[in-house]
Amino acid sequence: MRLRLVLSEVGSGLKRNLSMVISVVLVTFISLTFVGTAALLQLQINQMKGYWYDRAQVAVYLCTDTDTTGNCTGAKATTAQKDQVEAQLQSSTLKPYIQKSYFETQQDAYDRFKKQFADSPATEFVQPSYLNETFWVNLKDPSQSDILIESLSNQAGVQSVVDQRGYLQPIFSVLNAASYTAIGIAVLMLIAAVLLIATTIRLSAFSRRRELGIMRLVGASNRFIQTPFILEGVIAALVGSVLAGGAMILIVKVFVRGYLAENFASTPFVTMGDTYVVVPLLIVIGAALAALSAGVAIRRYLKV
Amino acid sequence: MIRFDEVSKFYAGNPRPALNGVTLEILKGEFVFLVGASGSGKSSFLRLVLKEEKPSKGQIHVLGQRLGTLSSRKVPYFRRNLGVVFQDFRLLPQKSVFDNVAFTLQVIGKSRGYIQEAVPDVLKMVGLAGKAQRLPHELSGGEQQRVAIARAIVNRPAILLADEPTGNLDPSTSAGIMTLLDRINASGTTVLMATHDAGIVDQMQRRVIELSGGNIIRDERSGGYQTQAVPIQQVGQEGAQPRVQGVPTQTVPAPRLDPESVAQQSVPEWGADK
Repeated sequence: MRLRLVLSEVGSGLKRNLSMVISVVLVTFISLTFVGTAALLQLQINQMKGYWYDRAQVAVYLCTDTDTTGNCTGAKATTAQKDQVEAQLQSSTLKPYIQKSYFETQQDAYDRFKKQFADSPATEFVQPSYLNETFWVNLKDPSQSDILIESLSNQAGVQSVVDQRGYLQPIFSVLNAASYTAIGIAVLMLIAAVLLIATTIRLSAFSRRRELGIMRLVGASNRFIQTPFILEGVIAALVGSVLAGGAMILIVKVFVRGYLAENFASTPFVTMGDTYVVVPLLIVIGAALAALSAGVAIRRYLKV
Repeated sequence: MIRFDEVSKFYAGNPRPALNGVTLEILKGEFVFLVGASGSGKSSFLRLVLKEEKPSKGQIHVLGQRLGTLSSRKVPYFRRNLGVVFQDFRLLPQKSVFDNVAFTLQVIGKSRGYIQEAVPDVLKMVGLAGKAQRLPHELSGGEQQRVAIARAIVNRPAILLADEPTGNLDPSTSAGIMTLLDRINASGTTVLMATHDAGIVDQMQRRVIELSGGNIIRDERSGGYQTQAVPIQQVGQEGAQPRVQGVPTQTVPAPRLDPESVAQQSVPEWGADK
């Protein structure tokens, strides 16, 4: 009996305020889409970091005949110098941090160069002797590259020690900036959504103020009075968040999995599994925010 | 039933109190008229009983509950013991007579079966049997007020508060409403009615509490709208005989009666009352 009464109140409230309800739906839809995008971008960044950092190596470049940078003096690193670097890598101070290391000769480097830049005219005039002999080191913890850089940079015959993670940093910076922008827009839109829900509920309460006045007079409990209004806000926001969830699924399915993952197979992208974690989160956020703002908005009408 | 202990009520921005140290007690089953000029504190009094306002000072007890300590969560349950009727009826225009009365019961969670039984009963009692499916605008003013009364008493409250219930009605319709209120009172409900209608008060000869400027200036067991009992009023208004039908049998002087203030406040009022 009471449930039916509450639901019929909700229905009439939604119908009466249809244009406001639609705007609530749209604003929550857009704001939660941004929230979801930000969340997926963060997931994407973490996934890429995990993937690439595991593969990122520290390169210990040795001097070539023409190098004068670093510790080089225009002479190729001698065998003794190479042995010394190798001994350092095997020493008890560095060994515990190193997962594996291997030596790349100039010829190896040249082959790799030719393969990587097959289309580039640079291969025409690059000679193996231009390229550095290199110790490639995989660290157990990629973030500890400083130890290696510090202990090897000053070795004779070492041109430079480079952490490849440095090359990835700009990519992550861009992705991070994108994700923070999405978060910023999401926060602004969420504020708009919350205020809009509060306004809608106030409007709805205002159009029913006669009933509310009588309810309060005859002793309807506060919960009974506020439930229809809170439900009204929650239903509108739920529709918006379900739409946002659908948009998330569509974006990931069509754009990320269907296009990006197909065309950039070597890069890991967020999966549908990740999306199915984010979507329920969006719906919960939408419903909770709506309940909160509607509850606050209706409180004024409950004051006794 | 209702007890006020030194209750004062100030509204923000107004240095003059709406009620000024009012002390009184209304017993179970009494029929009390609350009279006085506009702004004398009648409505504030009723709102305080309903706990729509909090007193600035003093204690109010209603139905054995101290209102000051009643949490706002319990106020709705407290109000289920009170019925309220207004001058402007306050019916829901899009609901039928039956639904208007049933609405009260629905929102406090009564069962459908109870509503189906109680509403026709109370409509019959107020004399609206057969008009259950009408809409409020199809009824006369008197009938609308009967609907409002039915709504107020359908939950069998111990106290019925009426704020100028006959203010919008012609004398003969008013008489009908008063007969109804009298009958409700006879069945044991305490009735507290604020009114300006001198004829009704004079005719009913019930307890009259007169307020002026927030003070009780008269509390008569069985009096009229105006009375000879307070001598200062005659002095201030020579030749103007108060319209009292029947001599008051017993007079309870107001506890805070101050002849000077009464003289100052009541003289212009008597003049205006003509």
